[in-house]
Amino acid sequence: MKDAPGTSGLILEEPLLWEKGKKGRCGMSIPESDVPPAALADELVGAEPDFPDLSEIDVVRHYTRLSTWNFGVDTGMYPLGSCTMKYNPKVNEKQAAAPAMATVHPLLPLEHCQGTLKLMYLLQKHLAAITGMDAVSLQPAAGAHGELAGMLIFSAYHTSRGRTKTKILIPDTAHGTNPASAALCGYKPVKVASGRRGILEAQEIRALMDEETAGIMITNPNTLGLFEENIREIADIIHENDGLVYCDGANMNAIMGVVDLKKCGVDVLHLNLHKTFSTPHGGGGPGAGPVCVVESLEKFLPVPRIDFDGSSYVLREEVEGSIGRIHGFFGNFGVLVRAYSYILSMGAANLKKASQYAVLNACYIKERLKGHLHLAYNRPCMHEAVFSDKHQQNQKVTTLDIAKRLMDCGYHPPTIYFPLVVPGAIMIEPTESECLEDLDRFVEVVKAIVAEAGNDPEKLRSSPTRFKIRRLDETRAARNPCLRG
Amino acid sequence: MRYLPHTEEEIKTMMARIGVADFSELFPTVSGDCRYEGEMNLPKSHSEWELEAHMHGLGAMTEIGPEYAVLLGAGCYHHNIPSIIPALAGRSEFLTAYTPYQPEMAQGTLQGVFEYQTLTARLLGTDIANASMYDGASALAEALLMALRLRKKKRRVAVSAAVHPHYRAVVDAYFRPTEFEVVVLPYGEDGRTDLTAIDQGEYAAIALQSPNFFGVIEELERAATAIHAGDGLFVACFTEPLSFGLLKNPGSQGADIVCGEGQSLGISRSFGGPGLGMFGCRQEFVRSMPGRLVGETVDLDGKRGFVLTLSTREQHIRREKATSNICSNQGINTITAAMYMAALGGSGMRRLARLNYDKAEYMKNALIDAGARLLFAAPTFNEFVFEFPGDFNITYRNLLEKKIVAGLDLGRYYPELSGKFLLCVTETTSKEVIDRVAEEVRS
Repeated sequence: MKDAPGTSGLILEEPLLWEKGKKGRCGMSIPESDVPPAALADELVGAEPDFPDLSEIDVVRHYTRLSTWNFGVDTGMYPLGSCTMKYNPKVNEKQAAAPAMATVHPLLPLEHCQGTLKLMYLLQKHLAAITGMDAVSLQPAAGAHGELAGMLIFSAYHTSRGRTKTKILIPDTAHGTNPASAALCGYKPVKVASGRRGILEAQEIRALMDEETAGIMITNPNTLGLFEENIREIADIIHENDGLVYCDGANMNAIMGVVDLKKCGVDVLHLNLHKTFSTPHGGGGPGAGPVCVVESLEKFLPVPRIDFDGSSYVLREEVEGSIGRIHGFFGNFGVLVRAYSYILSMGAANLKKASQYAVLNACYIKERLKGHLHLAYNRPCMHEAVFSDKHQQNQKVTTLDIAKRLMDCGYHPPTIYFPLVVPGAIMIEPTESECLEDLDRFVEVVKAIVAEAGNDPEKLRSSPTRFKIRRLDETRAARNPCLRG
Repeated sequence: MRYLPHTEEEIKTMMARIGVADFSELFPTVSGDCRYEGEMNLPKSHSEWELEAHMHGLGAMTEIGPEYAVLLGAGCYHHNIPSIIPALAGRSEFLTAYTPYQPEMAQGTLQGVFEYQTLTARLLGTDIANASMYDGASALAEALLMALRLRKKKRRVAVSAAVHPHYRAVVDAYFRPTEFEVVVLPYGEDGRTDLTAIDQGEYAAIALQSPNFFGVIEELERAATAIHAGDGLFVACFTEPLSFGLLKNPGSQGADIVCGEGQSLGISRSFGGPGLGMFGCRQEFVRSMPGRLVGETVDLDGKRGFVLTLSTREQHIRREKATSNICSNQGINTITAAMYMAALGGSGMRRLARLNYDKAEYMKNALIDAGARLLFAAPTFNEFVFEFPGDFNITYRNLLEKKIVAGLDLGRYYPELSGKFLLCVTETTSKEVIDRVAEEVRS
């Protein structure tokens, strides 16, 4: 296979921090004291932290070298399904780092921090406009935190009506965090099998929904990349039985300006700003997971609520019915600044285009690869397409082998072995950031790997070979955990 | 739009391949009653330069700019951030990567987090530390839930009233739908938690913060003995980890779980987030611990490498039986905190913490000399509570005109402390500013 761009380079070795340094060095400027030394009781004083002493250049080289072992969206195509690894605009970073945003203390008197409050107020409005929902809280710090906020709202709502609910419906295609979030609120998850077509069928919901069930958590589009087309009917069944509908909006990138979630019958929704709204994933975080609700549930949103009283932006700390506070301050404000900047840069027409192009890209990949990899559901897909290693099994080549070989070809692999309903799943989400040439190049690489699986399977099984390390022994890591040096 | 690479021609080619005529045919499974009607009501698309101007306008509405001396802490601290931090943490190889599910192409993040876990465990004095939680407040709530998993027969936990009031509010929200009870322990006259009532309760865990919300250093060793005598777990919380550069850390004083906010370690205040939930505990509790973990292992050639590990505790395997619903960490902020700790080093951390302590003591003495009353006599780190003669609101406003924000009125959190002010001093506060405040108080 011809070398793809970005597939070879210099690999620099670098030890752990504490394997470097010498006592007495310091990599940070510490101001001279302008006050006299104060008395300090001996019994309060601890040992000096056992950190290595490094110079500034030591620290700079250490992290620069570490960074070269990483692959990000800026390095190349990152079609990680359900994660929406779209381009993270640089101008957003600049806005979040501006002193007028980055240095503001969260407990300043309100009349002195109107700018940051206004930004949050407007972002709430914009997210409501995009989703069709009525009210938004920006407090949740991540998607799973938004789910928790949503489940706390479910709980507060049912309690306020004097009802005790013990169960919740969760489809088998749900993110693992859905059942975990519901369990934190005392709900026992009842698994709903998705139907033959990969989506939920209304009769299945009708059979499971009862008075003890708080409602349903639906991911729409779901993790098979399919739109839950029965959602309106399902929502009606849930509502008729005194339940609420939660939508995990992790896949919102497929439907901006196309689907109105309130019209779908959704009562509570969370968004992942680090997916749909272009904020960087940061190697695992921080993200932001705003929670959006219909008007009748607004009073349950976390406090403080950010409001406009006609002349200035204010906080409402006490709201009867609210689930209370779920973050130390206002949520991940720095992430909110980036998402706000993205929404303003895009505007309504471009956000809709982003969703259309994201779906167009996924459909294109699906069409071009379906003769080469096994396609789990041959149905109209949304922002991602799910394949599997079914055709490669007789070659004793697995999804993992395909993923590792892709790395050697300069791509981050798709999400693998998820959703659980597709054995050996390969979930490809190209996002709207990739152009046709890049999609074509990716398709050709996958086709070449599929061919290699037939004529040189060992090449896949021994991949990757072009990184600092080869495959790692994960069993050993879990059996004898070494979690620190 | 520069983020959207598609040309008209490409779109036609792709549509032809898929077999659709236009975008309306691209969403055949979205029924009419779910469709978005009309255009989303949003501001028009801004060019890069229009965005800059708009954001500048918002920034200008926040009157208290970087030129102010903000003597406010209360869980969010102003420390110097060296230039290497934004330069290194802003590297897009770190910033634009996701969770390191493919370890071979994420060793930068993985080694960085392993180093963070190590430096954190050493700083807090715990056996181990995780890859971080959302923030200090949610870390405390998760710590208490973890303690209840470890002490299955117990139904109550206790939290000191001197723990950050927002953290207590978050604990309340997390606990509301559960069958567990949260009891608040009062603070005493010296500003430390009053532990006399704890032997009457069957507590799974008791949480203290040190330095506490009043800046007061708690007697953690004594608390540990008392809590362990009742077979409870000792959760030690913090909002100012820099203090452990100077003071005994919670782990060395018997805390079982140590958690708190790491914003002080090189992370900007950013209106309160994103911060960093630091979390450590005893080795024996590792399988009950929430949050991600990075572990060391070897590759096929025996070469050292790092992976996410012990994921059997997590949701994608255990689903509702997982130790928590957390499936991310604070990613780039963990790397940032590790960079900060590495840049300071052990001796630098000691020097900087000492400087913070000395400045705070200088201000306490200056205010006492000026006629103000130090409310709590117990030793403090870089925050402390004062009662001022006369109406301090006038002094506060005068100081504001001189670009000094003179602390936080505690009345909003503790009605009994209305008119008493929590002040914070760090290495960024000059002697000149401190003297000016004292002078204003005196006049």
